[in-house]
Amino acid sequence: MKVQGSIRRRLFFQLGGIAALLSLAFFLTLRVVAENTAEATQDSILAASATAIADSLRSDNGSVSLELPYSALSMLGTVSEDRVFYHVVVSGNSLTGYADLPPPSAPPRPGSPVFDTYDYRGDEVRSVSVMRPVGSAAQSTNVVVTVAQTRLGLEATSQRITTTATGVGVGFFLLATALSLWAASSALAPIDRMTAAVTRRGPKDLRPVTAETPAELVPLVDALNSFMARLRTSLGRSEDFIAEAAHRVRTPLATVRTQAEVTHRKLNKPEHKKAIREMIRAIDESARSAGQMLDHAMVTFRADSLARDDLDLVVLMTETCDRLVPTADLKDIAIRTDFGNDPIPFQGDGILLQAALQNILDNAIKYSPEDSNISATIKVGETIRISFTDQGRGFGDTDMSRVTTRYQRGANVGDIVGSGLGLTIADEVARAHGGGIEISHNNEGIGACVCLYLPR
Amino acid sequence: MRLPLFAALAVALFSGPALAFEIEEQRIYPADPERAVFKIISTADLGVFDPIIRAFQATQPGLTIEYTVTGTTDLMHAIEVEGASFDLAISSAMDLQTKLANDGYAQSYTGAARLPSWANWRNQVFAFTQEPAVLVVSDAFFAKDDAPRTRDALIEVLRANPDRFQGRVGTYDVRTSGFGYLMATQDSRNSEAFWRLMEVMGRLDAKLYCCSGDMIRDVASGKLGLAYNVLGSYAASELATTKGFQIIELEDYVNVMLRTSLIPNTAQNTQAAYAMIDFLSRLNQRPDLVTASGLPAIDTAALQANSSLRPIRFGPGLLVFMDQLKRRNFLRNWENSLLQDK
Repeated sequence: MKVQGSIRRRLFFQLGGIAALLSLAFFLTLRVVAENTAEATQDSILAASATAIADSLRSDNGSVSLELPYSALSMLGTVSEDRVFYHVVVSGNSLTGYADLPPPSAPPRPGSPVFDTYDYRGDEVRSVSVMRPVGSAAQSTNVVVTVAQTRLGLEATSQRITTTATGVGVGFFLLATALSLWAASSALAPIDRMTAAVTRRGPKDLRPVTAETPAELVPLVDALNSFMARLRTSLGRSEDFIAEAAHRVRTPLATVRTQAEVTHRKLNKPEHKKAIREMIRAIDESARSAGQMLDHAMVTFRADSLARDDLDLVVLMTETCDRLVPTADLKDIAIRTDFGNDPIPFQGDGILLQAALQNILDNAIKYSPEDSNISATIKVGETIRISFTDQGRGFGDTDMSRVTTRYQRGANVGDIVGSGLGLTIADEVARAHGGGIEISHNNEGIGACVCLYLPR
Repeated sequence: MRLPLFAALAVALFSGPALAFEIEEQRIYPADPERAVFKIISTADLGVFDPIIRAFQATQPGLTIEYTVTGTTDLMHAIEVEGASFDLAISSAMDLQTKLANDGYAQSYTGAARLPSWANWRNQVFAFTQEPAVLVVSDAFFAKDDAPRTRDALIEVLRANPDRFQGRVGTYDVRTSGFGYLMATQDSRNSEAFWRLMEVMGRLDAKLYCCSGDMIRDVASGKLGLAYNVLGSYAASELATTKGFQIIELEDYVNVMLRTSLIPNTAQNTQAAYAMIDFLSRLNQRPDLVTASGLPAIDTAALQANSSLRPIRFGPGLLVFMDQLKRRNFLRNWENSLLQDK
């Protein structure tokens, strides 16, 4: 499986990115709006001041006179401690105020003041100019009143707004990020839930997933369920095939063998008897090999979905040994068992374990010389060790790690027919149960010791 | 005294032509060894400020202080027009100081945070005293509890006894005194009674003065029956030594002038100026200096206790009466009221 990215991370980063963008947009909007408002406030106070001055202009015997209203300038000091400048110009001539104050950028008309921003006396100022005709209609003079104010108060306000906007923006971003983290987790919660539900299942549980599924995951779950159904069918077929094959191969072989034995008894010529004996031996080997191959197939299949039945290893060993006693008797081999009568409980697949033990013991019998002993013991220590020690030819110089590989046989098998599957089956069964196989030389003389150990 | 005198002479001789403003008094407070020089231009008389300067110098070892006394208008002229180099300008004319700051002749000092907001403008103009404008009446004209308590009552008294007060009332000549102009203009904003009072005083052939000290002396001696808009702090310290007059804080309202300092752009020794502003803003912690100088320190509680006290507010409003047209009109009105037969 190739892991490519994480939905949670992608979701989180995308939502976080959106939140950052929105925060930034929010911050900029707030600032622009607030600064425009602050500037508009200053502009309106300036315009009110200039208008108040213009309103107090009067014509005095043809010349323009001004009684500067106190409130016109004092109102500018109510909001901030900004510097204030003003200039009154009567048809191009300075009447009063700061004569060096720059003229408006465009000539103001009555009712439409002109706003300007420029540097004056070391500070940036905002100025407004209003125009008002003074005097009778016949000989009116145009008077331009300019009022200017520095923008320190505006700057302070803007600073305050920026600070607030930054705080709000950052707070909004953090909140949105936290929420997007939560949203990503909550959106993915059904996946986690379903993963847990599927993981929790037992090895043989191939039932369709029925957990509550969000609409988006329904196709995936449907596909999974359909896949599992096919798997179930396929596994069932394999099982059937194995059973069928075992039945079909073993039964005819048994019939052939019986017929051969009957024939053997009827024959009188020694060379004919010998030929039949050879045949029976070949049939036995075939039956044995077929049995082992089917055992191996069964092990492979059953190990994938290992059963955990409550077993008693003593009963299992006794049964195994009892089953092989006739085979051993043919070669006058005594199987000496040493495991008492106290049950040794173990959880595992009885059929597999029996196949494993049977294969080891069968192997031991096969490689043991006639009239010898095989001892079978169970020792319960840190692990459960089931050992079969024979007095056969042993494994010679064989690499012990290789004899458990499929179809690999020992270096000194000589003329003995074998499939090379026996120890492989035992090893796979032991591994499936969390144990293993140890092969060593017999400590008490010639022969080999095969030990299957299982965890307690 | 020889050294200050010599210095004054030297300044007058060597820099005389350059200085168009009139130096009334000058004293140098030398330090030995001298590490720095601190030049103050001020409208406060030497007698008033001497204890404060000595106390300040004691906190600043090695600082030679040059204290120059001039009139309020001259101070403005010296800094605005002549660009004279001073480290600190102390004036009783708030409007002129405000205009200097507004027009960009002052430096900011953000360290003086101790001042209440009404005593500080733009971190450029720093108030350190609050001095009411009072009515001073002579004991020869008014019995102990007989003096008028409001402007209306004052007008009533003057109208009722024109013969008695003919030529016996005094007030500032607002044409020459910045403080007088400031008080008169604030009066004209505050009360309609002001112009009536000026009319009445004009009819009584009021005497016009340049300075509070002269008015107080004339009232105390009985030459004047009363003087209007006298600087309360001077009157109070005069009363400590001179008898024969009462100080009346009128009950309708009392204009309170704030004596202020600012650091001109031309200042060389700004560190000393900062130190001096801090020192002055802590004047209320030095009752000895308040007593010695007669300058009442900033005291918000006192202003809140007496609701008739109206401290003049800083702000661009003070620029209005600085307007040349406004000033011309105001002075014309004032002259029309006060100088009726001239």
